[in-house]
Amino acid sequence: MLMKTKAQQYWRQNLIYLASLLGIWFVVSYGAGILFVDWLDQFRIGGFKLGFWFAQQGSMYVFVLLIFVYVYLMNRLDRKFEFDEV
Amino acid sequence: MSIQGWTFLIVGLTFALYIGIAIWARAATTKDFYVAGGGVSPLANGMATAADWMSAASFISMAGIISFIGRDGSVYLMGWTGGYVLLALLLAPYLRKFGKFTVPDFVGDRYYSTAARMVAVVCAVFISFTYVAGQMRGVGIVFSRFLSVEIETGVFIGMIIVFFYAVLGGMKGITYTQVAQYCVLIFAYLVPAIFISMLMTNNIIPQFGFGGTLASDPNVYLLDHLDGLSTELGFDAYTDGSKSTIDVFFITAALMLGTAGLPHVIVRFFTVKKVRDARISAGYALLFIAILYTTAPAVASFARANLLETVDNESYQEMPEWFSNWEDTGLIGFDDKNSDGLIQYTPDESTNELTIDQDIMVLANPEIAQLPNWVVGLVAAGGLAAALSTAAGLLLVISTSVARDLIRRTFVPDITQKRELLFARIAAGGAVIIAGYFGVNPPGFVAQTVAFAFGLAAASFFPAILLGIFSKTMNKEGAISGMVAGILFTAAYIIYFTFMNPEFNNADHWWFGISPEGIGALGMVVNLIIAVTVSRFTKNPPLNIRELIETIRIPRDLEK
Repeated sequence: MLMKTKAQQYWRQNLIYLASLLGIWFVVSYGAGILFVDWLDQFRIGGFKLGFWFAQQGSMYVFVLLIFVYVYLMNRLDRKFEFDEV
Repeated sequence: MSIQGWTFLIVGLTFALYIGIAIWARAATTKDFYVAGGGVSPLANGMATAADWMSAASFISMAGIISFIGRDGSVYLMGWTGGYVLLALLLAPYLRKFGKFTVPDFVGDRYYSTAARMVAVVCAVFISFTYVAGQMRGVGIVFSRFLSVEIETGVFIGMIIVFFYAVLGGMKGITYTQVAQYCVLIFAYLVPAIFISMLMTNNIIPQFGFGGTLASDPNVYLLDHLDGLSTELGFDAYTDGSKSTIDVFFITAALMLGTAGLPHVIVRFFTVKKVRDARISAGYALLFIAILYTTAPAVASFARANLLETVDNESYQEMPEWFSNWEDTGLIGFDDKNSDGLIQYTPDESTNELTIDQDIMVLANPEIAQLPNWVVGLVAAGGLAAALSTAAGLLLVISTSVARDLIRRTFVPDITQKRELLFARIAAGGAVIIAGYFGVNPPGFVAQTVAFAFGLAAASFFPAILLGIFSKTMNKEGAISGMVAGILFTAAYIIYFTFMNPEFNNADHWWFGISPEGIGALGMVVNLIIAVTVSRFTKNPPLNIRELIETIRIPRDLEK
C-alpha cells in the first residue's frame, strides 16, 4: 500500500513537470511563433523582428532547453523517490 | 583536382566507411537486429536519431523551400523539431521501460489485442514505404547531379549500399553507420553555410549573421535588405507570412504530432540501456537536429538575398559561372519574354522570366560562395548520407514489422530465433528492392505522400501510444476505434482534396481553412474523442494491463 501511494505521488509530480514544460513549449511555438507573431514583430532584437525570430530560431532553442531541463528534473525526482535504475 | 574528382573521392571514402562499419557491426541475434543489442550509448543514439530523422528533404530541399516562402517556412522548422519535445516528455521514457522492440509490440500488448497489433503493423509499413520511396529517389538525384550518372544508376548504387549494411547488420549496423553519417552530413551542411555567412554578413556564425548587418553596408540589416528587395520586385516581404494563422497552426501541429508518432524514430529509443538514457538521448537528438535546423533558415535568407541581387534586371550574358552550370542541369531556366537581354524575376507569371528549382539554394551554395572544389564533393556526400541514413531506418521498421510483428508474434509464435533472424534479413532485402523500384518509378504523388505519412502517424500512433501510457482506463475497443476513425478521417480528407478534386484544394473549400497538410492534427483530435467515448461504454482493461501501465510509469523495476 505504501509503495502504491509513493508511486502515485511520483506520477503526480511528473504530471506537474509535464504540464509546466509543455506550457512553455506551447507558448514559444504556437504562441510567440504563430498566434502573436505579427504583434511581436513590432519589437526587434538586432536585425530580427521578434515574432519572426521566435518562428524561425527562438522556438527551437527553447525546445532543446526544455528537454534538458526535463532530464534534470526527472533524474532528481527518480532519486528522491528511489525509483532510479540501479 | 576537378569537382568530379573530389566528389568521387569523398563519396567513395564515405561509402567505404559505411561498409567497414557494417562488417564490424554484424548482427548475431534478433535483439542485435531489432534494437542493436539494447546497449547503445545515449550520445551515439542521439546522433543516430538525428541522422535517421534528417532526410534528403531536410538536407537538400528545406532551406530552398524556406527561401521561397519566407516566414511561413517556420511550419517545417517548428513542426519537425517541436515533435521531439512531445517524444521526449510523453513517449520515449515509457516505451523504453516497456522494453520490447517495436511500436506494434507496444500497441498489441498494451491493448491486449491482435487486431490492434495488425492496425499498427499496417500503419507502420504504409508510413515507412511512402517515406522510403522519396529517400531512394533522393539518392538517385544526388548521384545524377554531382556525378553525371543516370538517376536509375544512382538509385541502384544506393540500394546496394543500404542492402549491405541493413541486411547484414540490422539495427546494430544501421546505428553505427548513422553515427558516421550524421558527422558527414552536419559537416557538409555547416562548411558552406559558414562561408556564405561570412561572405554576406562578416559573421562566422550563420544564426547570428542571419540577424546581422550586411558586409557590403554595415548600416543595413540583412533581413531589412531582403524585405526591401522582395517588395521592390513585387513579392511579399520575406519576414511576413502569407498562409492563414489557422493553417500555420494546424500544419505545425500535424508535423509535430506526426514526428512524435513516426515508428522509425520511436524505435531508436528502444536501443538504449535505461530509461534515463532514453530521456537524455532525446535531448542529444534534438540538439544535433537543431544545429542543422537553425542554420537552414539563415542559409535560406542568404541564398535568397544573393539570388535577388544577382539576377534582378541584370544582363543574361553577364551572369556568373554557377548560373550557367546549373542552367545545364535544368534547375535554373531563363526565358527572355520581352527580348531585352535582361533578367526580370517577378511573382507575375506573364512577365517572370526566371524559373528556379528550390534545391539549388543548398546545392549551388559552394559555387556561389566560390568555395574550393572539395566542398562541392562534401555537399554531395552529405546529401547521400542524409538520404541513406533515413532510408535504412525506415527499411528496418518494415523488416521488423514483417519478421517480428507478423511472423513471430501473430502467425508462428514458436519460431526459432535463428529462423526469425533469417526472415528479418529476407524482409529487409525485399523492402530494399521494393523501395528501389519506387525510387526508379516514383509514384506521381510523392509530394502529397509526405503529408499523408505525417497525417497518419499523427492520427493513429501518437494518440494510441499517449493514451496507452497516460490513461489506465483506455481499453482495446476505444484504442482500435480511435485509430481507425483517425486514419479514415485523415485519409479521406487528403484523398478528397489531392487526388479526387484537386480543383477544390484551396482555402475556400477547406474545413475551417485547414489544408490537407494540417488535417492530421484534427485527425488526432477525432481519434482522441472517439477513443475516450467508446472506452466509457465498454469494459475496463484487465488487471494485468493496469499493472503493466504502473510498471512502465516508473523507471526502476520494483518487487525484485
